[in-house]
Amino acid sequence: MMDNELYQEVLLQHSRRPRNFGPLENPTHAADGHNALCGDEISVALRIENGAVAEAKFSGSACAICTASASMMTGEVKGLTCSAVETLAGNFRQLAKDGAGPDVPVRLQVLGGVHQFPQRVKCAVLPWETLVSALRSPVGTGEICPG
Amino acid sequence: MDITKIRGQFPFLRESVNGHPLIYLDNAASSQKPDRVIRRMSRFLESEYANVHRGIHLLSERATTAYEDARAAFAGLLNAERPEEVIFTRGTTESVNLLANTWGRVNIGTGDTILLTEMEHHSNLLPWLHLAQETGARVDFVPVLENGAALDFEAARCLLAKRPKLFAFVHVPNTLGLENPVRALCGLARESGVTTFVDGAQSVGHQPVDVRDLDCDFLACSAHKMCGPSGIGGLWGRQELLSAMPPWQYGGEMVDRAYFNKPATFRDPPARFEAGTPPILEAAGWAEAIRFLTETGLEDIREHSVELANLAARQLRGIDGLKIFGPDVRQSGIVAFSISGVHAHDVAFFANERGLALRAGHHCAQPLMRKLGSPASSRASFSLYNTRQDVEALVGIVREAVAFFR
Repeated sequence: MMDNELYQEVLLQHSRRPRNFGPLENPTHAADGHNALCGDEISVALRIENGAVAEAKFSGSACAICTASASMMTGEVKGLTCSAVETLAGNFRQLAKDGAGPDVPVRLQVLGGVHQFPQRVKCAVLPWETLVSALRSPVGTGEICPG
Repeated sequence: MDITKIRGQFPFLRESVNGHPLIYLDNAASSQKPDRVIRRMSRFLESEYANVHRGIHLLSERATTAYEDARAAFAGLLNAERPEEVIFTRGTTESVNLLANTWGRVNIGTGDTILLTEMEHHSNLLPWLHLAQETGARVDFVPVLENGAALDFEAARCLLAKRPKLFAFVHVPNTLGLENPVRALCGLARESGVTTFVDGAQSVGHQPVDVRDLDCDFLACSAHKMCGPSGIGGLWGRQELLSAMPPWQYGGEMVDRAYFNKPATFRDPPARFEAGTPPILEAAGWAEAIRFLTETGLEDIREHSVELANLAARQLRGIDGLKIFGPDVRQSGIVAFSISGVHAHDVAFFANERGLALRAGHHCAQPLMRKLGSPASSRASFSLYNTRQDVEALVGIVREAVAFFR
């Protein structure tokens, strides 16, 4: 069945029990994203310290692919500098669109399956787009990262 | 109504998905087309096509006849007093924009109120919000009751008594499975001298709709939701109101006399509002769809769709964590639902793999879905070619999806 190719068990586990889900206290950067096609709504909040992601959490209501992607993403970017996050976001988009992207960690490659389902690419990419937009959206008096 | 015979007339039913027969439950988004509409359009292109109202040659005459016959068919469907009261547009959305840009610009000013409801589709929301922003008018909303069970009629009464300039509201909303009491609402509006516009996108062609009986001032709908082609729809309005409206698009066909050095004069409606070459082929197809639906019986079509929706709602309610929006008993063929822990987009994807076409998302009614606490929901909408077996397939697949994702 085709949906088993898309919804691999590891994705379903992330969507049923997402990691890093919920509000983040004292975020330095935050942004909202939404997918007008299907109604996915997601918020990404970050605490950036010394130019690198110290903590990343997400919240909202989204489909299994989007939720799993956000769950894996928030785990993956901890410790990365802002510019490394942007590079990885670009490579991840390529993975989702084409099925392969340079330097994408093996753990994230399970999401490459969406490239066979063009309508679902946006679901996988939305958390990453929201993340990049969060880097550019400082909360309060913070600065855009990378500065 | 002989469903087997009806199904035999819809070629799309011969399609399959992954070896599953195609079940189409996305009728509220757009309906499928019967053979005779497809054949009518093809025959029109083969032997009747030219531009309309322009030539004196044979084909232009045939095309003009078909186009104006379509106007008469549409006017007849609505029981309008005369064909000149209907304007062809691209659909409901363009009809609302036409109204906002013509009647709206003449009649709405700073300090005036436009009354809408909380259950409007974006198409009957955004043109009015834009007009209000540009003119300094205010917009009020008649609220929906808990879970979208009904329009708050008492609130409508109070808000109409404040004499807004316009009450624009939907007849059959595309998510809630209810039908608004149009005649009663128009009656209240009339008592307060409020002009009414009815969004008939989900009602016209799905059930009998009689503009004289409803006593509204304007009504719009789209052909593609009633077995006709996309790209055409219409706006009906009372003749005296249409006659007082200025043009909104300028060009050929709508002009009476044009000059280099003084203002042009414009034709009477409907021509005044049909600048440029209209959707001629689509008009011929729509007229055939109207004949098909009328011959099938609009009351029977409604009864059939509502019966299937009720059957689906009853069975879906048995699924743990599934919530259906709108009244307990369906008043239209629409069933929108959300399932806790399972996102609508996943349900629709899962269903498609099994041949079932569902809609997922906010259904172009973002503020309403937000108020109902569900940014995304799944929607099944039934039409004349759907069956009880389709309902069983729907319920089985939704159960399977819940087991898979939860």
